[in-house]
Amino acid sequence: MSHRIVRKRQIGEDVFWAEVEAPLIAAARRPGQFIILSIDSDYSERIPLTIAGADAGKGTIELIWQRVGKTTAELAALNEGDEIDNIAGPLGTPTHIDRFGVVVCVGGGIGNAPLLPIAMALKQMGNRVISILGARDKSRMILEDRFAEISDELIVCTDDGSHGRKALVTEPLKEVCSRDPTPDHAFVIGPTPMMKFCCEATRPFGVPTQVSLNTIMIDGTGMCGGCRVEVGGKAKFVCVDGPEFDGHQVNFDLMIKRLGAYKKLEQQAYEDYKQHKCRIGLHG
Amino acid sequence: MAVEWALPPVSSEESPVTQEERTQLLQELMPKHNAGGLKPKERLAIPPQDMPQQDPAVRRRNVNEVALGYTEEQARIEAMRCLQCRNAPCVEGCPVRINIRDFVGAIANGEFDKALEIIKQNSLLPAVCGRVCPQEVQCQEKCTVGLSLKDVGKAVSIGRLERFVADRNRSQGVVPAVAPATGKKVAIIGSGPGGIVAAADTRRAGHDVTVFEAFHKPGGVMVYGIPEFRLPKAIVRDEIETLRKMGVKIVTNFIVGRTRTIEQLMKKDGFDAVYIGVGAGLPSFMNIEGESLIGVYSANEYLTRANLMKAYDFGKGADTPIAVSKRVAVVGGGNVAMDAARTAVRLGAEKVYLIYRRTEAEMPARVEEVHHAKEEGVEFHLLQNPKRILGDAAGNVTAIECLRYELGEPDASGRRRPVAIQGSEFQMEVDTVIIAIGNLSNPLIRQTTPGLEFNKYGNIVVDDHCRTSMPGVFAGGDIVLGAATVILAMGQGRIAAAAINEYLAGKQAGAGE
Ligand SMILES: Cc1cc2nc3c(=O)[nH]c(=O)nc-3n(C[C@H](O)[C@H](O)[C@H](O)COP(=O)(O)OP(=O)(O)OC[C@H]3O[C@@H](n4cnc5c(N)ncnc54)[C@H](O)[C@@H]3O)c2cc1C
Ligand code: SF4
Ligand code: FES
Repeated sequence: MSHRIVRKRQIGEDVFWAEVEAPLIAAARRPGQFIILSIDSDYSERIPLTIAGADAGKGTIELIWQRVGKTTAELAALNEGDEIDNIAGPLGTPTHIDRFGVVVCVGGGIGNAPLLPIAMALKQMGNRVISILGARDKSRMILEDRFAEISDELIVCTDDGSHGRKALVTEPLKEVCSRDPTPDHAFVIGPTPMMKFCCEATRPFGVPTQVSLNTIMIDGTGMCGGCRVEVGGKAKFVCVDGPEFDGHQVNFDLMIKRLGAYKKLEQQAYEDYKQHKCRIGLHG
Repeated sequence: MAVEWALPPVSSEESPVTQEERTQLLQELMPKHNAGGLKPKERLAIPPQDMPQQDPAVRRRNVNEVALGYTEEQARIEAMRCLQCRNAPCVEGCPVRINIRDFVGAIANGEFDKALEIIKQNSLLPAVCGRVCPQEVQCQEKCTVGLSLKDVGKAVSIGRLERFVADRNRSQGVVPAVAPATGKKVAIIGSGPGGIVAAADTRRAGHDVTVFEAFHKPGGVMVYGIPEFRLPKAIVRDEIETLRKMGVKIVTNFIVGRTRTIEQLMKKDGFDAVYIGVGAGLPSFMNIEGESLIGVYSANEYLTRANLMKAYDFGKGADTPIAVSKRVAVVGGGNVAMDAARTAVRLGAEKVYLIYRRTEAEMPARVEEVHHAKEEGVEFHLLQNPKRILGDAAGNVTAIECLRYELGEPDASGRRRPVAIQGSEFQMEVDTVIIAIGNLSNPLIRQTTPGLEFNKYGNIVVDDHCRTSMPGVFAGGDIVLGAATVILAMGQGRIAAAAINEYLAGKQAGAGE
């Protein structure tokens, strides 16, 4: 079954949004879950992307991705009407949505995309939702308007001050945690170092902090162990045990190292792709 | 259709026997054989036929199949070694009771089609089983010829003969007949060997059959685990194609338990019966220090990257990277370990060490694969086991530390238990470690199917007919047996299909029959 791209837009510097036909996934998905896609069946890499939204009636899901490597660049080069060969999902354990009271949702960069359905669901459950969104600069800030609709309070910041406050998200996060009452729960999704520092920020306040990890993945069903991370000293598989974990238990340093495992090879593939030049083989 | 995997022998064969000598031998044997007059003694004197294979030095650098298959002459000569024993002990050794004596006899007579027909009565995937079955502990272990010559390696090469007749007929693509539609729907979960057979047999009975597969390609372990050089993917693809031609629907990227649950399939989507054949699929790690370092893989991940996503073509079209390894340690002694080690060789590793805590005699891998691995330069480190994996500041593997072992008293499995020798630690410099110590069962179905009974190992509990604790739900293969074999999975697929057909016949109470 192929998956047609119904609509597609660029929503930020190197950030793309698409609505894609996937009726079964649209019907089954819950906040916090993701899909694995590969553009064609034989040679393409399988990459995980979080489901940013879905319309079960129309049978479509929303995907948001950042152009960082060959596969995401190829995806960005597709147009409305084009098809993606394989989309498998929904994968992962859905977010535990509850009536916590006051929740703070922290999104960094592309992490705003997976955070949105969680924030929406939290709002629907009757929580008071404080959202903190961060990005490198204005051009990379995504989904701000949609967070504005569903948040009781929205704090926006950029690294360079080109939009909102000039700050890293940890700054307002610490402020919110120092308020009375202390938030009951935090949800943080973004680049791994950002999640690490947010967890360090909430820890002294004793605010339980949920993070959503984005490791390398192959099958997404627990078969390969390539997505394993250390949580509370034990190996966990992100694709089945996660993607969400208690951020205070995650060994982020190890995870950051593992994420870099293929950096050189991936960069090579991306450079080759960009230049459309003759490819260099592994064996040289 | 082009038989792309049947390459001409790239190099010398193992035996110095020439084609002319073989032709001559066959001509000598023929008149006597036709007259029904080859005596057992004469048969035992016929030299066992070696299988032509790619030269080890050449095949280290390609992913093409290693063993090239018998010629017609070799097959007939080999088949004439069979004594046509009245009690046919070989059949007892076959998990699906193929009528081995008769099919081997047919080959000796040159009746190759008949031979295939006989095999197909019990096995649907002879081209696969002829290649991957551990014959030396099944049919060939029991063979009278091997026993008489006091060497199981000299038994009639039943597997090679099976492969020969299957390959000869492969391109003909005969599609089995399908009974008139019954109006009943069957869901097959997982497209491994068990699922393929269950799908074929239920479809033949006229049911509307859909196979659901989590991966983007069907075939199970036969496509993502067992490497191309041992089982060409074209063979599996043909089997899947045959299913499609029979009218079986195959839905990929469909994860039962996530995309739909079994309950939804049965209650909402109208499936009357379900076969669960999801395999083992949860890699075991050793829980030792350093297992999260960069460069440590489960064999499943390593083989999947290489096989399914063709990482060996990275940069030449494939987008999935794999570690560029110079020195690789593979831990384990089964087929999976051999496959990982031999794949590492092909990906260009200079040194590949296979670390196993017992001795070669206890290795569960097929003898032929152990032999091939050695030929290809894999270094065996026996009676050793890793204690920890060491890495550098960036988190890359730099070495593996092992302990030496000795064999102690036999354990529950009858194999002598390896015991660590205190203080025997030593280190080997490696940049990649592949863990191939087995698979547990994947918990996804268990977590999403309340009411289905599992044992303490996480395997589905079934009766002799592969019926589970839920009415209309059947199961077989590795998810029932624990990590087992292709032929056992196939056998269970067949038993389950028979039970499903019976169950559905009862359900429709005579209608349409
Ligand atoms: C590397 C390796 C080498 C081996 N070598 C040999 C050998 O030489 N000889 C031999 O006899 N045996 C060998 N085996 C074992 C043999 O492959 C297995 O015993 C056999 O394949 C099991 O078959 P199965 O029918 O249980 O399904 P599997 O082949 O395990 O396939 C199960 C399928 O189900 C799919 N699946 C899983 N979960 C779901 C879900 N929730 N929804 C949908 N689909 C799902 C999987 O993606 C997979 O495709 C080897 C195994 C490995 C890993
Ligand atoms: S046991 Fe060996 S010799 Fe006897 S019938 Fe079987 S294959 Fe032939
Ligand atoms: S992606 Fe393979 S186990 Fe998680």
